[in-house]
Amino acid sequence: MKLTNESEKGLEKQNVFQKLTRPKSLKEATTHYCGGCGHGIIHRLVAEVLDELNLREKTIGTAPVGCAVLLYDYFNLDIIECSHGRPPAVATAMKRLRPSNILFTYQGDGDLAAIGTTETIHTANRGENITVIFINNAIYGMTGGQMAPTTMLEQKTTTTPFGRKKETEGYPLKVCELLSVLDGPTYIERVAVNSPQNVIKAKAAIKKAFQYQSENKGFTFVEILSMCPTNWKVSPTDSLKYVDKMMEDFPLGVFKDRK
Amino acid sequence: MTKKQLMKGNEACAEAALQAGLKFYAGYPITPQNEIPEYMSKRSKDFNSIFIQAEAELSAINMLFGASAAGFRCMTSSSSPGISLKQEGISYLAGGQLPCVIVNIVRGGPGLGNIRAAQSDYFQAVKGGGHGDYNLIVLAPSTVQEMYDLTMNAFDYADYYRNPVMILSDGLLGQMFEPVEIKPYKPILDLPEKDWILDGCKGREPRVMKTLWLRPTDSLQKHNLNLIEKYKKIQKELKLAETLQTEDADLILVAYGITARIAKAAIEKARNEGLKVGLIRLITLWPFPSETIAKASESTKKFLSVEMSNGQLIEDVKLSLFGKPGIDVQHFGLGGGWYPTPTNIYEKIKEVLK
Repeated sequence: MKLTNESEKGLEKQNVFQKLTRPKSLKEATTHYCGGCGHGIIHRLVAEVLDELNLREKTIGTAPVGCAVLLYDYFNLDIIECSHGRPPAVATAMKRLRPSNILFTYQGDGDLAAIGTTETIHTANRGENITVIFINNAIYGMTGGQMAPTTMLEQKTTTTPFGRKKETEGYPLKVCELLSVLDGPTYIERVAVNSPQNVIKAKAAIKKAFQYQSENKGFTFVEILSMCPTNWKVSPTDSLKYVDKMMEDFPLGVFKDRK
Repeated sequence: MTKKQLMKGNEACAEAALQAGLKFYAGYPITPQNEIPEYMSKRSKDFNSIFIQAEAELSAINMLFGASAAGFRCMTSSSSPGISLKQEGISYLAGGQLPCVIVNIVRGGPGLGNIRAAQSDYFQAVKGGGHGDYNLIVLAPSTVQEMYDLTMNAFDYADYYRNPVMILSDGLLGQMFEPVEIKPYKPILDLPEKDWILDGCKGREPRVMKTLWLRPTDSLQKHNLNLIEKYKKIQKELKLAETLQTEDADLILVAYGITARIAKAAIEKARNEGLKVGLIRLITLWPFPSETIAKASESTKKFLSVEMSNGQLIEDVKLSLFGKPGIDVQHFGLGGGWYPTPTNIYEKIKEVLK
């Protein structure tokens, strides 16, 4: 469609063209993520939010162990790469020592909800003034598709080849629900990035979390249901529907907002 | 004149850290080191320092990873089983070349062991403990005053070499009361500017603190070669040992920490009996003062490694004397919470010199 001068002006007013530029909080780099993976979208959302809140030069991010371990190649920020599951402990110390900096962790389901469960719960419970971005795709990506704590019942992974069984592997771990009973956290929301509408909502949640942190309101936690077509062994298009299925176990919504 | 204060070894260690400009401490309770976190919880505010009782040893050591990367002096302490739990984090701190001080008030092992003093974490401290090729600088205080002095120096060594430093002490020294001279902090080294810290990328390119070296394929090799260079420099510059009556000795005892102190009493007794016995007291365990031992072997042919372990220190004593003919190296000691008395050691001296 050829745009008339008038409609171009209209779109400019709506900032559509501006949105197509690279956020300053992202480096000029091509990611290593697979086609259809949600990390690229989420990286961009975090970067856009940091740009919009003018926080880039104040921010220290943490890299997890998992698919996002190389995120320092993509985020144009100070980044500390942590050992598996420990980003909340690392971020705790940095934030206590540098309270005027913005600290966020970016963690997958293995990092945050399996090996790092201790740090997750206690950092939340202390109400540390940091932001946790939790990417839940119900599977271990980097190591090649093993069971995650958030793997759904009957979901096949390379370590649950017959599907996850509640009798032997227990149930998918619901972290937002778990943390929402604690007094420490300020804001907990679960979002998804499998549709344009959901992406917009996800960005709003991420923005709220960083906004709260910059206002010293305390611990903020955004869980993001994300796609892993490679390890789910579905097409990128079908992976969007797969996330809808995840929502049966992991309903979207705000679990806590103390404001 | 500086004042003297009656303190436990653990308290002296904590006070020294605060005096040296500590800004962050995280730890988890375990006997016999609890006075360190307790002291920190009470006294940190006076020094504008942060104290966190961590939920786990792993959390505590990883908090140090963050605190050090943020550019601040930081410390954790524990005792043997807790130090085992920290090993993953110690490997990352070594890999990231992050200065920090880790205090091990050693107790009996293996496993949960007991809460009596021991020196059975020697291998873990000086040979690695965590994964990968790395070295900690390991300091072995022998008095409560040295718990103070060496802890204070540890922060300078850590910052100067960009390397974690371990204070390898034990439950006896940690719990023992002695008068301590509270010396004000004065740097013992010309400390470099920390141009690698993370504080947000205002007005500069973003920085990354990482221990993963995937690309290019030889990047990890290069990183390891750099570490080797650093370790060589430390080995060249920082070997500390005290020698006592070694010149005419027929037998030299090699020991560190509280054991060296007990050995001194045994040597005095032996000398009174006309036995020519000397002592090499190791202050740095890594770098290991091999040359001091090797040099002593020019005139002394018998060595006795006295240690509260089943025979760990003796391996480094033997390595220091490797290839030298006609040298006899024996071990005296036991792990699991056994302490030698001066009489025990004296009896052993008589046996070796018979």
